[in-house]
Amino acid sequence: MRYIEPHGHMVSRTTDDYTAMAMAGCACVCEPAFWAGFDRSSVDGFYDYFCQLTEHEPARAAKFGLPHYTWLCINPKEAEDVKLAEEVIDIIPKFLDKPNVLGIGEIGLNKNSRNELRVFEKHVDLAAKHDQLILIHTPHLEDKLKGTRLIVDALKNDKRIKPERVIIDHVEEHTIKLVLDSGFWAGMTLYPESKCTSARAIDMIDIYGDERLWMNSACDWGVSVPLAVPRTALEMKKRGHSADFIDKMIYQNPLKFLSQTPRFKLP
Amino acid sequence: MTRQQVLDLYFMEARAKLIDIAAFLDRLDRAPGEPDFRLRAFIKAMHELQTEGPNRAEKVLLSLSDHTTEPLAKATVKGATGAYRQ
Ligand SMILES: [Zn+2]
Repeated sequence: MRYIEPHGHMVSRTTDDYTAMAMAGCACVCEPAFWAGFDRSSVDGFYDYFCQLTEHEPARAAKFGLPHYTWLCINPKEAEDVKLAEEVIDIIPKFLDKPNVLGIGEIGLNKNSRNELRVFEKHVDLAAKHDQLILIHTPHLEDKLKGTRLIVDALKNDKRIKPERVIIDHVEEHTIKLVLDSGFWAGMTLYPESKCTSARAIDMIDIYGDERLWMNSACDWGVSVPLAVPRTALEMKKRGHSADFIDKMIYQNPLKFLSQTPRFKLP
Repeated sequence: MTRQQVLDLYFMEARAKLIDIAAFLDRLDRAPGEPDFRLRAFIKAMHELQTEGPNRAEKVLLSLSDHTTEPLAKATVKGATGAYRQ
């Protein structure tokens, strides 16, 4: 089995996790910029984090034979402070030419506030100006429906944005149709409690088809399972899906989306 | 998968979750104090399980969701509770 982990917060994970992922057939990891679990106090904190994502973590992943890619942004959880967000957005272009940068992400909304929406639109503008792919985080739990609708509307209002170059992540049964029908890619995040279980993700593949859809573990500093993607592949096998179909869902689909940037090259 | 195969693969897991929900409601009954809005939202969402398919999961999620459309004036907290406070 081979698979791509298209959304993993590897700076939070141990070397044991890297070993387990490599042994399970992981071909590469892609790490969106994330909230640290606490608010960073200045733009310098973000500068250091972007250095970690573009220099130090790729070197750590390489020790396990894993190519490491990243996405840059200030996370929506820190977007209420618009001034800080603007300062962070201003330093991102310095990092866009680093060899492992795939685009802008994970941007989006958290509590669906006006300021979060403003900062989201600033990120979309940055991506459009620099012709970057976009990875979007949709809000948690009761806020997801409203946030997904606001995000889709904002993206449709920006005529520079090509939907096939945007992936909207953490979809569930009540948001997947809106995302796919609007022409975007959709990501299903496999979490033990919130977001989506393996069984439900496979249900959504059965219902909505195998195009413009990927799965990720989003493994981070919270309760999450770094091997969620290969575990779901095993469950797909139990449900009678063919090896070719499983390969499409866990390897070829993310490869197709990510290959839209010339920086994404698998050895 | 046939219905028989779905039952073979998932019945025991779903049965365990069903009993867990029943025990959770019993635990709430035994506990002192008043419940907050989440219990009402939970009971309301449970009614979706008794409706006709095929989209019960979607209906449960919609039942627990914020259906307003205007952005919030300000984000005063970071977390979510799992149910919308009417
Ligand atoms: Zn994430």
